Amino acid sequence: MRAFEYARPATREQAVKLLAAVDSTILAGGSDLLGLMKDSVETPRRLVSVQAIAGLHGIRHDPAAGLSIGALTTVDELAHDPAVQREYPVLARAADHVAGPQIRNVASIGGNLCQRPRCWYFRNGFGLLATRAGRSMVVEGDNRYHAILGNDGPAYFVHPSTLVPLLVALGATVTLFGPRGERRLPLADLYRIPRREGEREHTLAAGEMVTGVQVPPLAGRKTWSYEVRQRQTLDWSLATAAVALQMEGDRVAEARVVLGQVAPIPWTAAEAERELAGKRLDAAAAERAADAAVREAKPLSRNRYKIQLTRVAVKRALAAAGGMEA
Amino acid sequence: MPEKDDTPKVEYRWPEAKDCRLIGKRISRLDGPAKVTGSAKYTYDTHPAGMLYAKVVRCPHAHARVTKLDLSAARRMPGVRAARAINGPGSEIQWALDEVAVLAATSEEAAEDAARAVVVEYEVLPHFVTEEQIDRAPNVKAGEEEAAGDPEGAMAAAAVRIKGRYGIPVVAHNCLEAHGQICEWTDKDNLTAWCSTQAVSAVAGQLAEGVGVPAANVRVITQYMGGGFGSKFSADRWGVECARLAREAGAPVKLMLERAPELTVAGDRPSAYAEIEVGAAADGTITAWSSRSWGSGGPGGSGSPPVPYVFQPPNRRHRHSSIPTHKASARAWRAPNHPQGCFLTLSAIEDLAHALKMDPLALVRKNLPITGKLAKVYGEELAVADGLMGWKERWHPRGEGGKGPVKQGLGLALHTWGGRGHRSNCEVTIYPDGAAEAKLCSQDLGTGTRTVVAIVLAETLGLPLAAVKVSLGDTRYPTSGGSGGSTTVGGVSASTRRAAQNALAELFAKAAPELGTTPDLLEAVDGTVRVKASPEHKLTWRQAVGLLGRTPLTASGANPGPGDLTNSGVGGVQMADVSVDVETGIVRINKMVAVQDCGLIIDLKTAESQVYGSLIMGISYALSEEKVTDPVTGIMLNTDFDSYKLAGIGDVGELVVHMMSGPGYDERGVIGLAEPPVVSPGAAIANAVANAVGVRVPYLPLTPERVLDALAPATDGRTA
Repeated sequence: MRAFEYARPATREQAVKLLAAVDSTILAGGSDLLGLMKDSVETPRRLVSVQAIAGLHGIRHDPAAGLSIGALTTVDELAHDPAVQREYPVLARAADHVAGPQIRNVASIGGNLCQRPRCWYFRNGFGLLATRAGRSMVVEGDNRYHAILGNDGPAYFVHPSTLVPLLVALGATVTLFGPRGERRLPLADLYRIPRREGEREHTLAAGEMVTGVQVPPLAGRKTWSYEVRQRQTLDWSLATAAVALQMEGDRVAEARVVLGQVAPIPWTAAEAERELAGKRLDAAAAERAADAAVREAKPLSRNRYKIQLTRVAVKRALAAAGGMEA
Repeated sequence: MPEKDDTPKVEYRWPEAKDCRLIGKRISRLDGPAKVTGSAKYTYDTHPAGMLYAKVVRCPHAHARVTKLDLSAARRMPGVRAARAINGPGSEIQWALDEVAVLAATSEEAAEDAARAVVVEYEVLPHFVTEEQIDRAPNVKAGEEEAAGDPEGAMAAAAVRIKGRYGIPVVAHNCLEAHGQICEWTDKDNLTAWCSTQAVSAVAGQLAEGVGVPAANVRVITQYMGGGFGSKFSADRWGVECARLAREAGAPVKLMLERAPELTVAGDRPSAYAEIEVGAAADGTITAWSSRSWGSGGPGGSGSPPVPYVFQPPNRRHRHSSIPTHKASARAWRAPNHPQGCFLTLSAIEDLAHALKMDPLALVRKNLPITGKLAKVYGEELAVADGLMGWKERWHPRGEGGKGPVKQGLGLALHTWGGRGHRSNCEVTIYPDGAAEAKLCSQDLGTGTRTVVAIVLAETLGLPLAAVKVSLGDTRYPTSGGSGGSTTVGGVSASTRRAAQNALAELFAKAAPELGTTPDLLEAVDGTVRVKASPEHKLTWRQAVGLLGRTPLTASGANPGPGDLTNSGVGGVQMADVSVDVETGIVRINKMVAVQDCGLIIDLKTAESQVYGSLIMGISYALSEEKVTDPVTGIMLNTDFDSYKLAGIGDVGELVVHMMSGPGYDERGVIGLAEPPVVSPGAAIANAVANAVGVRVPYLPLTPERVLDALAPATDGRTA
């Protein structure tokens, strides 16, 4: 790990000033950043720890406003918060499936939102887009874990979080604080597909930090998140589908279907959502929605199987949300 | 006149089972508490005063020529005490992360900074890393054909024939303690090296040769060791460079590999691919075998896996081709070549059973006569495994694994290994205060060697385990062999037994007159030395050793030596019960049954532990583990335990281990156990998956990608 400066501001304002310097990075739980630094994938000159800033930590629940999660709340705290377990059991469950206990104990929600992709070309130091002489190493190389959607290039990595698709499906917003003060935007808008090397996979402005996430009340929506994981423990999902369904009787009034690990961003499966709208939620509808979710998918040389995994994830998430046999 | 030889003649043998208090019992490893509490110090934990940290500058290309190497800027960096070129200009690098230069500095960070300041330029050369595509290999070294009988005629005459293509990839050793050592020159001529090694006695000489001092001047110490699995027999170039850096810097130097080079360069189990044709009579008798295999473990290609494995059809033909690749070189990986041979052979045999519409257990039984001298052992083991798995009641034909998306299946495999005890010398000392110590320059890789030696010593002297001490892992003790090929337990138990029996004979010679009898009529039992025929005539152990005066008694024992204490040739059978989700391709292990023979068991608990570990290691390489080498760059892509996927505790299912023992097994003596049980899991699990889903998944590991490919080979946007 290269030498770096360490700052521990007491306020958001101080943090923003400290982050203004070139090559400054926020340190929260450090479960992703420190590994990237040890591997010289990230080489910040200054780490700005946000741990001492008041008000970034903890979970508040209000029946009318919903859930407010401070950015420094750990994944484990989210998994075990009584209000979350009671009002958003699907979120508590998804949090409890993140990585392993040691990581859940230090990893923050803000960090989970901002973690870097797991793309092995990126992690081996070839850059986020892994292009060499104008050509994608991912396309020509081993892309078994790469994108099947939103993969027109040059980005082929996949968004890594398993919490974010669910939060997006639930209609979460994210609060940011930066040089221009505070702003709030739909969580989905935090992410973008970079179009050139040097562009990040999120829309945070320079010096801007995530301070919290807000989740509206479930209000009777049927929800589920299904992860396809090869190993039971300490493994990344190969495809995640999060669904949130506003029902009118036995019909779906409005559906949110958001996919993870399939595209460079948490991927809203709009065709699947349209397919479900107004339909009775049954096995046939789940199958149709699953097909619709991957209709636009384009496999790379080694990841065709992920189309099938994504289909199954959507189908099973809908089945579980609707209380059907998977 | 020569002195009269009054040393009593000793008959070297293992005690009868009925007389054993310790041997064959379930005994916890003696150093378990030290390891769990952290008081056990591994090589990695060693920190001599003033120790420097070494970092290696590594080539980022799979194949390249070094055109420039300049260490001058690095030498000027703060804290740098020594820097050395390893592969200077003109050198051709044959695999990614090979060593180019090495340096030592006062902290790990200073060493890293300096390593980045080393200027290296390369001419990048073309690489070949995709040996499964044999047709594209620039270099194929075809081996000798092995043939017997009339394979063509027998194949043509066979009632049933199958053809298949199978493959098993390169995997790493995954030692939790990486390779490396700490080197300290105690003066200008004498080196002490704390090495993470499987061969304490042997690496001293390699280090000595590398640094140009007599082998007697190098002391190697390995008290605790975090895994080797066959990859840690050599001092390695980095070991010699560490010693050179320490001499150059005049300070101790630690050089241990980080995880990425550990996974990349510290050992490959070679891949193996094969095209196999098998023919059988209608009753299942295998009559013909024809196959070709190929594989690679780096520039040296690969050894030839034993194909056909275990079964030797009367008419057979096989040829193996070794393919050089630009990957780090192969090292012995637990049961070298056997997991590959077993997977290739037993997959084909299960496919044959399917073609014959036979239960594979029946097919294997039918063909036991062509397994040779282990046929009886296999027969007994198959019966035990059948019972433990409930195979007879639960087996179903392929593809009848259930109605829902999750299908269940059973598979089996069998294996063999040698395991005769290696050369070992042991010195046993009985001290006048009653203490007893065994000294030998063996090493405990984590397998329980220390415990096994203590059991043999305590059993032989009739003492409790707490009364004996085992000193090992230091070249100051008598030479003992490297721990490879399942040879350690046979070697050290035999040398310790002989040394302890010799020591006891000397003690009996002193005790006999006191008891009014002759030494040959004495025995050491329950902390006494007593007359066999009249146990009430006895000395306590303290009274007996009091006869030594003030000088301890020391005796030696060696293996090989008189008496049949160790042997070779074991058989094992394993069965797997899996569930496969045919919509996701995810395989879950429900249960594994391992039935294993290893002759006389010294410690049942550590023996079982070896088999449990083998099953977990086997589940990993069956389901998730492989070294992924990038075709574009030739580098290994999954160089951490995040992306190099080993099985976790949630992935292993129920593990059932049964050790064969008693008459027919015990009297053969002690036989090694480390290799055999890791041979079968790949084949057993792959066969269970075929049984569950109805089609062969031909390549390990059995990832969702491969399982789904096998289920829907050519369909786009497949639907389950």
